[in-house]
Amino acid sequence: MTVAADERVARIGTARRLLIRPELGAVVGLVVVFAFFAVQSPVFRSPAGIANWLDPAATLGIMAVAVALLMIGGEFDLSAGVLTGTSGLILVTLATRFGFNVWLAMLAGLVVALAVGFANGMVVTRTRLPSFIVTLGTFLMLQGINLGVTKMITGSVQVSGLRRAEGYEGASAVLAGTIEIGGTSFRVAILWWILVTALATWVLMRSRAGNWIFAVGGNEQAARAVGVPAARTKIALFMTTAFAAWLVGSILALRYTSVQANIGIGQEFIYIIAAVIGGCLLTGGYGSAIGAAIGAVIFGMADKGIVFLGWDADWFTFFLGAMLLLATLANRLVRRYAEEMRH
Amino acid sequence: MTPTTILETRGIGKTFGSVLALREVSMSVAAGQVTCVLGDNGAGKSTLIKILSGVHQHDAGAYLVDGREVRLTSPRDALERGIATVYQDLAMIPLMSVWRNFFLGSEPRMGLSFDVRKARRVAREELRAMGIDIRDVDQPVGTLSGGERQSVAIARAVYFGARVLILDEPTSALGVKQAGVVLRYIARARDRGLGVVFITHNPHHAYPVGDRFLLLNRGACIGEYGKGDITAHELTALMAGGAELEELAHELRRE
Repeated sequence: MTVAADERVARIGTARRLLIRPELGAVVGLVVVFAFFAVQSPVFRSPAGIANWLDPAATLGIMAVAVALLMIGGEFDLSAGVLTGTSGLILVTLATRFGFNVWLAMLAGLVVALAVGFANGMVVTRTRLPSFIVTLGTFLMLQGINLGVTKMITGSVQVSGLRRAEGYEGASAVLAGTIEIGGTSFRVAILWWILVTALATWVLMRSRAGNWIFAVGGNEQAARAVGVPAARTKIALFMTTAFAAWLVGSILALRYTSVQANIGIGQEFIYIIAAVIGGCLLTGGYGSAIGAAIGAVIFGMADKGIVFLGWDADWFTFFLGAMLLLATLANRLVRRYAEEMRH
Repeated sequence: MTPTTILETRGIGKTFGSVLALREVSMSVAAGQVTCVLGDNGAGKSTLIKILSGVHQHDAGAYLVDGREVRLTSPRDALERGIATVYQDLAMIPLMSVWRNFFLGSEPRMGLSFDVRKARRVAREELRAMGIDIRDVDQPVGTLSGGERQSVAIARAVYFGARVLILDEPTSALGVKQAGVVLRYIARARDRGLGVVFITHNPHHAYPVGDRFLLLNRGACIGEYGKGDITAHELTALMAGGAELEELAHELRRE
């Protein structure tokens, strides 16, 4: 049979397919925010400026992409921010106080982070409690552990001195170094962020697991009924955010060579905001990894752009709140429009 | 040539505690035929299909698949024998595209990845083979009408090797036109050689498409007819409990 089928497809196909993309709102926001700052600040649009605002976008973006996957799967992780601190603290503490090689200390941090993610996933899938509550519990517990253990070991609320640890040079070059492109040095974290976004996009759009993630977030019972391993999918998603938290925690620890015990607190909402700006629905089943990455760029632009313009940095949160509201409204309009175009 | 019987029950029964949900029901489904199960609410229709689809086990009589007695332990067990059930509340995800839904849980693989090109193509071909006019398999299932959604679920069951299709009230929540659409796909599935068990409480939907009619009332069989043995009018009368209906008409008459 030939595919010369339905004349109605051609008429609405392309337009709707573009509009129905979850990242559309974020792309529009990206263009607007870039134009806003670029017009007023030459530094903002210079290569050095771009390298400057891509840096916070990268570390936030790694987290936002992982959180977006989890949100598409229908769950939240409020412990993700604090877990970046936990991973960093384990790395620095083991390397500086217990003589671990930096790589080995990172491995230990990874094991702990994945265990936390696994525990989050197990509790959520077994008890069927809302993940908002479960991970809020994890968040508070980790916050206590971060402060308590750090004080117990160092007598202060930070650990430092990573630079002297064995293996620091290599690990730092891989995770916290810079690369020169056309005379401007960019943080290597930007590469990791692009890699994570590409991988997450592939998983979502081109793997069976991606189909399962959309399904468990869209309608868990229905997914289960056709044989989707819903619990395994969700646990894997919690472990993915934990992995991202470990990666970001390690990047930051290697960059600053010291970690504050209260680091990461409050960041969990920023990750969710970036994912929502990127088109994720709070109710699950819809969203995109690229969108979340773009959400992180918008965040990075605003964060640095406000400084470039010489404004008080306090205005940043106001901007962020307005952006979140606008993006959510835009996403809803786009989705409604796309769904109404059916006949 | 007589059509080969795939499913058969002989005097099957089921009790839940002290409640006799189903007793002494005998029926059969043959390849390329539609067996309609008719009954009012509480007649035992859903108990019967739950036994047929492996959700419940019968505790009296015999259940035969391909002439051999079986005891299905789960819906998956039934599925492996080619018995697929499409429930009223379909297992579909509204925000996901038609082709993603079509292959959900059984995604075709290409190396490590989900072969999306094949999934799109097969979904389009299968829907078209069933005569289902989906404008675009990329559209979310949530944008389809109720009848279209039922049809996609039927096409999916057919593609994944169902020999017997059990349809639980597929037309009851639909308007007249939409119900007609679904009836057409039931006929298509039948023409492709599937045995269909069509559960409904609407004789007007059952009669045009059915080959055999099983009438249930209060958990028992009150008649099994071939199409030649009964007229649409008789079926309706039986279904409504003719006497009861007359009584009702009498009661409702203006003074």
